[in-house]
Amino acid sequence: MLTKRIIACMDVRDGQVVKGVQFQQLRHAGDPAALARRYNVEGIDEVVVLDITATLESRQALARTIHAVAQEIFLPLTVGGGIRSEDDAAAAIDAGADKVSLNTAALRQPDLITTLARRYGSQAVICAIDAKRRDGGFAVYVRSGTTDAARDAVAWAREAESRGAGEILLTSMDRDGTKAGFDCEMTAAVSDAVDIPVIASGGAGSVDHFADVFTRGHADAALAASIFHYAESSVSELKRHLQAHGIPVRL
Amino acid sequence: MIALVDYGAGNLTSVRKALTALGADFVVPSAPEECHRARGVIVPGVGHFGATANLDDPWRQAIGSAAASGTPLFGICVGMQWLFEGSDEAPAVAGLGAIAGRIARLAGDADQRLKVPHVGWNSLEFRGAARLLRGLNSGAQVYFTHSYAAPVTTECVAATTHANTFSSVVERDNIFGVQFHPEKSGDAGLAILRNFLEVCA
Repeated sequence: MLTKRIIACMDVRDGQVVKGVQFQQLRHAGDPAALARRYNVEGIDEVVVLDITATLESRQALARTIHAVAQEIFLPLTVGGGIRSEDDAAAAIDAGADKVSLNTAALRQPDLITTLARRYGSQAVICAIDAKRRDGGFAVYVRSGTTDAARDAVAWAREAESRGAGEILLTSMDRDGTKAGFDCEMTAAVSDAVDIPVIASGGAGSVDHFADVFTRGHADAALAASIFHYAESSVSELKRHLQAHGIPVRL
Repeated sequence: MIALVDYGAGNLTSVRKALTALGADFVVPSAPEECHRARGVIVPGVGHFGATANLDDPWRQAIGSAAASGTPLFGICVGMQWLFEGSDEAPAVAGLGAIAGRIARLAGDADQRLKVPHVGWNSLEFRGAARLLRGLNSGAQVYFTHSYAAPVTTECVAATTHANTFSSVVERDNIFGVQFHPEKSGDAGLAILRNFLEVCA
């Protein structure tokens, strides 16, 4: 049976893992390669590296980080943050990424999804959607959550799928860093609207939150950062808990 | 020396990295004839079956004749699919035909929320002894990402179920194939790659 995936996300700035609350107030959380090594031992299913500075100078540092993380794990590795062009994506993949995650660039130039899907296959292209609740719907934001994209998350996820995206990484901006639980309603709305897998993100604070998003939220995978970084809950404990609740996981 | 065939189907970085970690002596051949000197040939691949059209006649003949002379041949993902006769994903493109049968799209099951593409970790249900699976137990979990799959034929040594049951590992004499990505499947995947390298040694 296909298992539910647990994905660890590392927000990286200047080669170090950092984590904020609702996209602000960053604090340091360690060395990316060392964290990746620990997650691998604990049984993480995938790793995501998000470059949260995405300046020109940070590009080379990012390639070094991707390479260092890729040396530690034989698991799917996704890289996102500031990937604006085919060249940016190629640089990430050449450095060792298996998938790239597009966010702002996908909305600005949706053709980029198709271009990358043709070059690397849909399985290598994740469309990341940052959204918050508004007027009974789910409003998409871009530029690290600062700019209203005037799009609905469900409609945009459908379009991204039709353009060739292989997965959707859906982050609730309302819940990001709050540890109040995933936005299960939003996740279910998007997951039910597309055939490609949906990765739920934002709000993980306890093992029960993961069980919720896999059942009520219809998520195919769940992503978290700080809950794993600070060892508040180990990946292996989380998976045993999910298994005890009848949710299939890789142990 | 192992020949890792690059025909432009996605990136080889992960496969290279895994082979390097296992201490394999491998090259990416620039000409088909190099396959004849190899102790084993790996045909990797991600993405679309249509990309195997790049394995044109010289490559097809070189890989086919190496396999016919007993050189171990290992197809990964689309590379495994290419071992069969063809795929509904690209009907105009012929496979190698080393294994009888045709690749077809997974059906999925909307009621059970079994989506296609089939992405993630799923289990291998063993169907007999296999050199490729030495040291592993039935139920071992590996990482898949695909929408098309091979039928369960006599070469099937492990099957996986995602609405449909399909061949996830095939093995016959010196012909080997896996639908999943051993290079992204943690320790279980590395064990399978190591088993292939031992067959070639």
